[in-house]
Amino acid sequence: MRIFGQQISINNDLVPDWTREEVSTGTTIMAVEYDGGVVIGADSRTTTGAYIANRVTDKLTRIHDKIYCCRSGSAADTQAIAEVVSYQLGFHSIELDEPPLVETAANLFRASCYRYREELMAGILVAGWDRRKGGQVYCVPIGGMLVRQPVAVGGSGSTYVYGFMDSNYKPGLNKDQCLELTTSALSLAMERDGSSGGVIRLASISEEGVERRVILGNQLPKFSTH
Amino acid sequence: MLGEAEPQWLSEEVKTGTTIIAIQFNGGVVLGSDSRVSAGESVVNRVMNKLSPLHDKIYCALSGSAADAQTIAEMVNYQLDVHSMEIGEDPQVRSAATLVKNISYKYKEELSAHLIVAGWDRKEGGQVFATLKGLLTRQPFAVGGSGSSYVYGFVDAEYRKGMGKKECQQFVINTLSLAMNRDGSSGGVAYLVTIDEHGTEENVILGNDLPTFFDQ
Repeated sequence: MRIFGQQISINNDLVPDWTREEVSTGTTIMAVEYDGGVVIGADSRTTTGAYIANRVTDKLTRIHDKIYCCRSGSAADTQAIAEVVSYQLGFHSIELDEPPLVETAANLFRASCYRYREELMAGILVAGWDRRKGGQVYCVPIGGMLVRQPVAVGGSGSTYVYGFMDSNYKPGLNKDQCLELTTSALSLAMERDGSSGGVIRLASISEEGVERRVILGNQLPKFSTH
Repeated sequence: MLGEAEPQWLSEEVKTGTTIIAIQFNGGVVLGSDSRVSAGESVVNRVMNKLSPLHDKIYCALSGSAADAQTIAEMVNYQLDVHSMEIGEDPQVRSAATLVKNISYKYKEELSAHLIVAGWDRKEGGQVFATLKGLLTRQPFAVGGSGSSYVYGFVDAEYRKGMGKKECQQFVINTLSLAMNRDGSSGGVAYLVTIDEHGTEENVILGNDLPTFFDQ
């Protein structure tokens, strides 16, 4: 753990340990493609050590009108990268005089994440809609790889829902089924992962535009073991 | 210097990477496991049966360090034999689980193995006990091993109270298959043991007979 700011001593009980911990978006994030667009979702918990710094975080960050990214890992690193990429993509789109491609945005993320891979801790899902290939999801995990996938999960909570995702995703789902799949998967992960929790933020992106919604704690789907 | 470096598997501890699961149904239990034993990057046994009998109708599922887990199972098998002779009848599942828990707790710093104990007895029917790190808790179902992380979401979503024997067997096979696909330390074939009032049934499901999912 990198240590920011002053410290009196490592073991000082007068200073709470979250002043020494890095802020991380513990997290569960997910993105699914459907015919005509994408659905993205994330939990809303940001932690510094054991303290929840923000319980209503928005981890779905706008990069362009119809391109969003889901952030996991270090909060500072991912915010900085997202700002840089938004700027680069905005400039590129003006030069092109048309809406940018999702693949371009994903490549810009990959370029930053790969070049500075030793210094950064960022796992990002890039998702959006463009006229050429429709809805697309690209995965840029820690280390700076880039791969397109029909469905992707990320963050510390994602390990718990790989099995659920593998068994419940089928190609050819429609938008509402994708929303339900994402809501269920995030809910299951939030139950098992201490670093994920709060509310579920969802967004669906298609040719018509971006539609955002929030699912509050008491509205989360319940499963029989709870 | 001269000479090649020693292969990694000679110096790495042998672990049963693993996915194990046990689930109770009305009248018995179903236990399942994968079959991979790894030493570092090498798979040293691809067909190991990790479901070990403690008594006729009580089995345990092994995970963690292969040596530790096997030793605990053998010790408890012996202690349970003596105990069942002393009481003059078949032992309770809770007794077997308590014996495992006693060893796991007493030597918790030295051992790194997690055993799930499951079986059937006349008093309480089918029961599943988890003994992780020396606790003892009865649960409707339990998962363990490195592959279990990937299927917590799946088992939370799919488990329903009151599933019958066949449904439980299918649930176990699906869970193992999903975990084996995602966990590098789990793989091979799936072993199943079904224990009920009438007896104990052991099954193997070979790799190509396991259920497949959308990306296979």
